[in-house]
Parts: sequence; structure tokens; C-alpha cells
Amino acid sequence: MSKPRNYQTEAIIIKKIKLGEADRILTLYTPHLGKIQAVAKGVRRPRSKMAGHLELLTHSQVSLARGRNLDTVTGSQTINSFLPLKSDLQLTAYALYAVELIDQFTVDNVENYPLFQLLRETMHNLCQGNNNELILRYFELHLLNQVGYRPQLQQCVSCHSPLEAITNSFSPRAGGMLCPSCRQSQILTYPLSVNGLKVLRFLQNSDYNTSSQLKMNPELSQELEGVMRNYLKYLLEREVKSAVWLDTLRGQIKQTALLQD
Amino acid sequence: MNQGLIPTTESVYKLIQELNKLPGIGPKSAQRLAYYLLRAPGEQAKLLADAIISIKQKTKLCSICSNVTDSDPCSICRSDQRDQTKICVVEQPQDILALEHTRIYNGLYHVLHGAISPTEGVGADDIRIKELMNRLQGGSIDEVILATNPNLEGEQTALYLNKLISPLGIRVTRLARGLPFGTELEYADDVTLTRAIEGRQEF
Repeated sequence: MSKPRNYQTEAIIIKKIKLGEADRILTLYTPHLGKIQAVAKGVRRPRSKMAGHLELLTHSQVSLARGRNLDTVTGSQTINSFLPLKSDLQLTAYALYAVELIDQFTVDNVENYPLFQLLRETMHNLCQGNNNELILRYFELHLLNQVGYRPQLQQCVSCHSPLEAITNSFSPRAGGMLCPSCRQSQILTYPLSVNGLKVLRFLQNSDYNTSSQLKMNPELSQELEGVMRNYLKYLLEREVKSAVWLDTLRGQIKQTALLQD
Repeated sequence: MNQGLIPTTESVYKLIQELNKLPGIGPKSAQRLAYYLLRAPGEQAKLLADAIISIKQKTKLCSICSNVTDSDPCSICRSDQRDQTKICVVEQPQDILALEHTRIYNGLYHVLHGAISPTEGVGADDIRIKELMNRLQGGSIDEVILATNPNLEGEQTALYLNKLISPLGIRVTRLARGLPFGTELEYADDVTLTRAIEGRQEF
């Protein structure tokens, strides 16, 4: 049986590229079709009826028509525009980081419903505007679960012995923790404190409601961000572009805080 | 271009190939344009060729506002008819054309040549923000109008600029975002409608 010519789906818009005079190629993350790309015609004209419903970081109901190469968007209606997120510089940066990771870690047309749910939940949580670092760490760990790179945090990846309550090491290459004696044989490992490991384990094994109870101090938060970023960079074999912008913004905030003191 | 075809003449073929490189011009359009120019009066082809050469040779970016100009500083920056206390910040030189067409704004401009787009790796240092901040140091500016595009990148850029500029004690304004003229309310999206209701005005 051939597929119907027109179909509808929910989608979160995770990427857009300009095409021709007034068109865009959108990358959509959908609940049941996974990541898809589609052409949105005329959305760069001010009178476009669809443009506002197809902006980045918007959750919309989208109608599409099958095309030879790419499908074409024929209509759209916003489900959630995540407005609080878009009117805040920092929050937008966090959300863009999340969608960039989704885009990098997925391939076209592979359904992953839990991942869609995770993305939607993350955008929703970011809109609440507190505990943002924790939201991102939770997102990263669960994203890795979904795409098959769940880091081994329970025992040493090399000798399989349980980890002692001392500073162990995280090895991106081994995909998990190493005890001090196995660490010697590996290059590029990052120390991870006992508290850091506890938090990562907790985030990995809990749902968001439980995780959100957690409070992290700035040092711990920074440590975990460093470890996770190194792991992601190793897996992607490139820098996450929007992380650079996150750092710029953070530097800016620190600077203004210093000026005000 | 179909490489299998043997071109009738080398020079026509070359022109078709060059036209084909332009945005939005496919092989067929390139052919049509090339044969049109072939038949057009010699004058017209020469005018076009001269115009193309002069945009590359004569234009540069204005050292003050970064707009495209053939004399530095540009005519807007030089003019004493214009309000020297206001700067309107836009993403591209084309945006100035659109704003000038309205004839309602009489201040100065600043072209950023882009917008902050973290996922494409365009950060604050990749667009002309530093140049703008330098202009504001003089103290003669009392208002900055942020006219970046009302999309995610433009909005990010505006929020960021506001963060940089408002501590200097300069008034920062943003172009109103609302319903475009000539459209229908039922098709408006949530963000636009929210902003339109928030920014409604006394009749």
C-alpha cells in the first residue's frame, strides 16, 4: 500500500535553513516519524500565514504533503509557542543547545517517541525558568540513554569492580567510570568527585519530578557540565556550537555582576 | 548545466554558466537571460556589465555605520539633515532600504551584518556589535532603536544588545511586533498575537 499524499503530525521545530527567495527548509522532531525535513514555502514573507507557527523552538501541529525529495508544509497551528523561553536570552540559549544536541544525535526518519517526550518536557521545564543547569544535565543523560550512549556510572568499565567512595575518573572513550587503578591505562580521563558521581547516577535513574528536587552548588554544577560536555564532544567528534554561545552569555553575566558590586 | 550538450558558442556558454551561479537562477533561467542579452541592444548589456563591475570596485562599507556605500562616510552618516542622536540597528543593508522607503525615520543607522545564531556558530563577535558599542561611547546618542528581524535570531540579538546598552543609560527601544497589514487575524500565531495584545494602543 502506498503512503497517503498528505499527512499531519505534531512537531517541534529544531532547525531552519534559508532556501531561495522566501522559503525555508525546516528540521522537525516528531513523536512518531522521528526527525524529518520539510520545505516551508514563503515563510520568510511578512504576510506568511505559517511563519509564526514554524519558528524555531515551537511545538506545532503541522500538515505536510509528500514531495519527490522533501515534503512540503501545507499548514501549521501552534500547540505551544514556549513564549517565556523566547523572551529570555539565557533560556533561549539553553533551549537551542538542547535542540542542537537532538539534531546531532539523531538520523532522519527514525521514530523515538521517548526522545520527543524528553524534548517537549525539557522545553516546558525551561519555561519555568529555574534550575536550568539541572534541566540540561537531566536532558543530556536521558538523551544519551535514548540514543544508545548511556554512560556506565555504576561500576568501573574496565575491571567491573564497584566504585569506591573516592574521586574516580570519567572516560569518554570507555563510555563510563574508571577506578583509580584502571585509569592509568587510559588516555583522556576527567576526575569526577563522589558527589558529582552521585548526582549523575541519581539523574540517570530518576524521572524529572524526582530529579528537580535536587539542589546543586555552583562548583558541582560546573564540574558536571565539564564532564558531560567532554563526553558529548567525544561522541559527536565536534564542538557543540551553541555551547560556545552559552559560555559567552555566562561570561557577560559575570561581568555585569562584577560591575554592579 | 547539462555538460553533455555542445555549446553553440563559447562566449554564450560562459555567460550561461556565470548566470547559473546566481541565487535563484536555474539552468533554464540562465539560458533565457543569456539569449535575451544576446538579442538586446548593445547599450543594455554594457550598462549591466558596468553596473556589476562598479558594485565590486566602487562600494565599500561605511566606517561609521557599516552600510554599503560608495563614499566614506556614507550619505546618511554625513547628512546634517538627520537626527544625530538616534541610531537604528538593523541586520542587513537591505533593511535600511525598507526603512528609508517609509520616509518616517530620520535618524542614523547601524548595520550588524547578521544576527546571533548559536546553532550556526554565529556569536556576538561575528557581527558588528563592537563597532556599535564604540559609536555609543561618544555620548551624543540618546536612543538606540533595535530593528532586528522579529524571529528567534533577531530577538536574541535584540535581547543581547539591550543587555549591553541599557547599563550605559541610553534609551533602548524595539520596533513594535504585531499584526502585519493586509493579513487576517485568524491565521496569526500565538507569539504575534500575545505581543499585539500587550502592545495595543489607545485609538
